[in-house]
Amino acid sequence: MASASLLKTSPIINKTDFIKGQPIRQVSVVRCHPSPPSGITVRASSYADELVKTAKTIASPGRGILAMDESNATCGKRLDSIGLDNTEANRQAYRTLLVSAPGLGKYISGAILFEETLYQSTVDGKKIVDVLLGQNIVPGIKVDKGLVPLAGSNNESWCQGLDGLASRSAAYYQQGARFAKWRTVVSIPNGPSALAVKEAAWGLARYAAISQDNGLVPIVEPEILLDGEHNIDRTFEVAQKVWAEVFFYLAENNVMFEGILLKPSMVTPGAECKERATPAQVADYTLKLLHRRIPPAVPGIMAMEATLNLNAMNQSLNPWHVSFSYARALQNTCLKTWGGRPENVQAAQEALLTRASANSLAQLGKYTGEGESEEAKKGMFVKGYTY
Amino acid sequence: MSAFVGKYAEELIKNAKYIATPGKGILAADESTGTIGKRLSSINVENIEANRQALRQLLFTSPNALTYLSGVILFEETLYQKTSDGKPFVELLQEKKVVPGIKVDKGIVELAGTNGETTTQGFDSLGARCAEYYKAGARFAKWRAVLKIGPTEPSELSIQQNAQGLARYAIICQENGLVPIVEPEILTDGNHDIAKCAAATETVLAAVYKALNDHHVLLEGTLLKPNMVTPGSDSAKVAAEVIAEYTVTALRRTVPPAVPGIVFLSGGQSEEEATVNLNAMNKLEVVKPWTLSFSFGRALQQSTLKTWGGKKENVGKAQQAFLVRCKANSDATLGKYTGGSAGGAASESLFVSDYKY
Repeated sequence: MASASLLKTSPIINKTDFIKGQPIRQVSVVRCHPSPPSGITVRASSYADELVKTAKTIASPGRGILAMDESNATCGKRLDSIGLDNTEANRQAYRTLLVSAPGLGKYISGAILFEETLYQSTVDGKKIVDVLLGQNIVPGIKVDKGLVPLAGSNNESWCQGLDGLASRSAAYYQQGARFAKWRTVVSIPNGPSALAVKEAAWGLARYAAISQDNGLVPIVEPEILLDGEHNIDRTFEVAQKVWAEVFFYLAENNVMFEGILLKPSMVTPGAECKERATPAQVADYTLKLLHRRIPPAVPGIMAMEATLNLNAMNQSLNPWHVSFSYARALQNTCLKTWGGRPENVQAAQEALLTRASANSLAQLGKYTGEGESEEAKKGMFVKGYTY
Repeated sequence: MSAFVGKYAEELIKNAKYIATPGKGILAADESTGTIGKRLSSINVENIEANRQALRQLLFTSPNALTYLSGVILFEETLYQKTSDGKPFVELLQEKKVVPGIKVDKGIVELAGTNGETTTQGFDSLGARCAEYYKAGARFAKWRAVLKIGPTEPSELSIQQNAQGLARYAIICQENGLVPIVEPEILTDGNHDIAKCAAATETVLAAVYKALNDHHVLLEGTLLKPNMVTPGSDSAKVAAEVIAEYTVTALRRTVPPAVPGIVFLSGGQSEEEATVNLNAMNKLEVVKPWTLSFSFGRALQQSTLKTWGGKKENVGKAQQAFLVRCKANSDATLGKYTGGSAGGAASESLFVSDYKY
């Protein structure tokens, strides 16, 4: 039975929406779903224009995403590392510190929140969402419900969270969120099995379609875990397979590519591999992967880890904006500087701004590493930045 | 599943990039003996080898026209033919830096159980044939898959079958040194609107690239030859800018930047229409990481054929007509075409319903 809904008519390029000479596309996504008796499934999301605009805003030059969506348990680990109890008050204090850093919006275009934070206020009673909007930062929300064992696989995981996702997403939208995040993983030492790859890709595609249906730009994140002794060529091989599946299923689910963002892991050797790779090599492999798998309609690629690699990747012109979505890389020094003391808040915020501005420069291909603090440098060369 | 990087990898990448040079495009002169017969009969010329040779010689010796071409697709017979002075066509083209290509498919057959949908033949000994063609000087190949739009078409079977066929053909070519032009043509026949064509095109291209990736095809060493996104042949026409927007959107959603060039087929469009549409696409101010160019058969040769009429005394004028179309399309790849190259024949629609090659 045909389920035709109203189709937007001819696409209009709105000349007032020029951003650096690139007009915002406004075209309804229509895909042919051939199944008897008669065929077209028309996708006409009422949020299409807004999704495109939001995605482009997040993917703006010189800016990236601050991932601050640690679950309560994970946040507890962070607080514990500076000797603080995992209470709501402490989580609130920490998140207040982050979102109130003056001028953060110059370097940060979006902030991913955990559900608790989306509904929280700052210590002085302002809604966190409102503080972010005031900073010109788009609020985002983690919507997945974590990884669980994948039955029938080689001890691999899959990501849960589709049940009730539509109504949850609608509620998050009401609360002010405009983008979502769903992190699934693929493990190379465990195969990966074809089953695990398919499940990861299909889950992402379903999540993306549901998000867009409810006004949220989905960040598509199939993380290929670093663990393992495999070399960079093996990572490259697996990444190509994963992304081919992801994009094919996204297409089958009628996801509008102009309204998504990607969060790929960079192509690096496994953490236990004896052959290391330089930032230039990582950039080279990663760019090749992106060129072979990512359609130009995707506005932004928000990569994980490493300022040096991000800088290397932005030395050439890319069809999509290549930026960052970092958690610890942005927060680490800030957290340590704060140590839970109110008198350290300003210094901690400065540390955050320093990392944010460094990554902003990397996004523009202009990062030099000059003037970095010892702490930050240490982080860069030891903690997962040596590939 | 990394891409296959065999002994020809660098050469494939280099050739694909060269064929995709902005300002240049492809002349599809690979009409099979049967098809060229139809062309010749339309100007009352007998379908014998001498005439087929004469037509191709006319095209390949057109003064200055070859500057606007980066490649010419040939039929097998033509690959081994010579000019009347005894110079192999392949050499003639190579001297002018035009890469010789070769049609390697063996036509389409119907898929039983479908409503007239087809699959493409030609796999038997394809590898060996490609190796022979490479020896003869060919450096790229072409394989035409055909799909159609209807109430239940393109069907899942047709999409999968044609996508897999294109992928298998593509990797075999790359194993043997030929850059595969991947051509999933969706026919214009029908009364559907442009949005439906866009949907079908996006679905088909997504499946094609999935198949290419699954078969380890090295995308940097391929070219794409898609249809433009247009309303059906029985529907009202739309402006070139609309065709450009829908087409470029569909491609931005499906074609990875690793692909160096997209060379459009003209389908049944008139010479002028095809040029104007290509021009509109290149004028669009949006990021297009691949060259947008042409691989035209009828849309380059129509006027030339009519002007020639099979008569020796008309060769010069016919070559002039050919040069005009080549330059016009070259300008179109740069977004610089200003029109006015349309003579009477150039505006003539070349649409033939349910076109059988």
